[in-house]
Amino acid sequence: MLIIYAIAALGLIGLIFGLLLAIAAQFFAVQTDPLVETIKETLPGVNCGACGYAGCSNFAEAVAAGETKTNGCIPGGTETAQAIAQLLGQEAGDARQPVATVFCIGDCYRAYDRYIYDGVQDCQVASDFVGGFKSCSYGCLGLGNCVRACLFDAIKMGEHGLPVVDYDQCTGCGLCASACPRAIIQMLSKSKEGHLVLCNSHERGKSVAASCEVGCIACKACIKACPQEAIEMVDNLAVIDLEKCNDCGECVPKCKPGTIHRRDAIPSAADAMATAAAKVAESA
Amino acid sequence: MEKLLSIFFIYIFIDNFVLQRFFGICPFLGVSRKMETAIGMGMAVIFVMAMATLVTWLVYTFVLVPFDLAYLQIVAFILIVASLVQLVEIVLRKISPTLYLGLGIFLPLITTNCAVLAVALLAVRQEFSLIEAVVFAVGASIGFSMALVIMAGIRERLELATMPDVLRGSAVTLITAGILSMAFLGFKGMISL
Repeated sequence: MLIIYAIAALGLIGLIFGLLLAIAAQFFAVQTDPLVETIKETLPGVNCGACGYAGCSNFAEAVAAGETKTNGCIPGGTETAQAIAQLLGQEAGDARQPVATVFCIGDCYRAYDRYIYDGVQDCQVASDFVGGFKSCSYGCLGLGNCVRACLFDAIKMGEHGLPVVDYDQCTGCGLCASACPRAIIQMLSKSKEGHLVLCNSHERGKSVAASCEVGCIACKACIKACPQEAIEMVDNLAVIDLEKCNDCGECVPKCKPGTIHRRDAIPSAADAMATAAAKVAESA
Repeated sequence: MEKLLSIFFIYIFIDNFVLQRFFGICPFLGVSRKMETAIGMGMAVIFVMAMATLVTWLVYTFVLVPFDLAYLQIVAFILIVASLVQLVEIVLRKISPTLYLGLGIFLPLITTNCAVLAVALLAVRQEFSLIEAVVFAVGASIGFSMALVIMAGIRERLELATMPDVLRGSAVTLITAGILSMAFLGFKGMISL
């Protein structure tokens, strides 16, 4: 009997408050812009924050109020930008949709571990612990903070201990880039053209060579080889300006450690195994 | 009248909700970074606590006690606080959009604030009358806001202070909170009910 009273009492209180809320919602209804709702429906609705607003609804409000551009939604890309522009009766601007690029190819075959790390499986924690377990203090630790940050399942941990970006799935929101404690991931324009120096190390050449087989040793050979003058040395790291790079590939054979690669030909674990096997055969 | 005044001041200074009873530590640390947000949160808490205690006291005395359901107080109070905050939000949005925008996210955040629930529960446990309960709620919430504002003032200065890197951020905030709590211990025993 007691339990029936309890349920009835709580139910009644809930009912009364519910009714009160319903009446209040009717009575104190505030007219909102229906446009905001429609815009919100065109958005991906993942609340990634790449637009600079707290979430999709904040962005929708800002767009409707004309505070931001129609192509502000990065994951939505061109489609969403056009849909919003149509709703607002404006010309759609170009969608600026970048893609995440991992600037490290020093996988577990090419860069060695200094000690066995069995602490928390988190890049930030591992990186803070005595400078990280990897021989290179700029390289990818491969514990997958970027993978966990991705809302679109577009970045996966490869078997060789480096994250692999799914080019088509990546929406360019940049969550992985900000999740990486070593800032190895950069957001680049979504194109497969151009060459890149896939290294993040600002160490001097000698210590890079000692810690990683494929790190940039700052020898400047690529700078001399480049006919476009697209390569610059920034803090012991060669950086290729994609605006200037015409994809001639002159720098690739000149790069002794083999750090420079075309954007669509980023080396995989299989390549690493092959070179490692060749080395073993050579020394034997 | 004397009792009302004692209740009011006891819960501002002596039994401060944040610094002596350690309720509502989450907003205390979370929104005390800037003076502006601290004041906003403080105002919202004062408003909600007074309203919530008024309603929960009425429900407790006239619904729960007559039906022998006093053991349901926690569940019932959570229900009441949550719906009340919703109601306040709806009404505020219509009546005073400026205040609504000013309180912003803090209003819905208070729904899950343990200090609000604590005020409601303590008011009935200490067998306060209706007026006493409301005065208690207002005193407790002013105490809460005061702690928040003091903390915000200290933190704004700490931002610019030199200190070891390891202490920066949450660490120094927690240490400050501890020292502040000890300082408030000095009021102990000044007034009693």
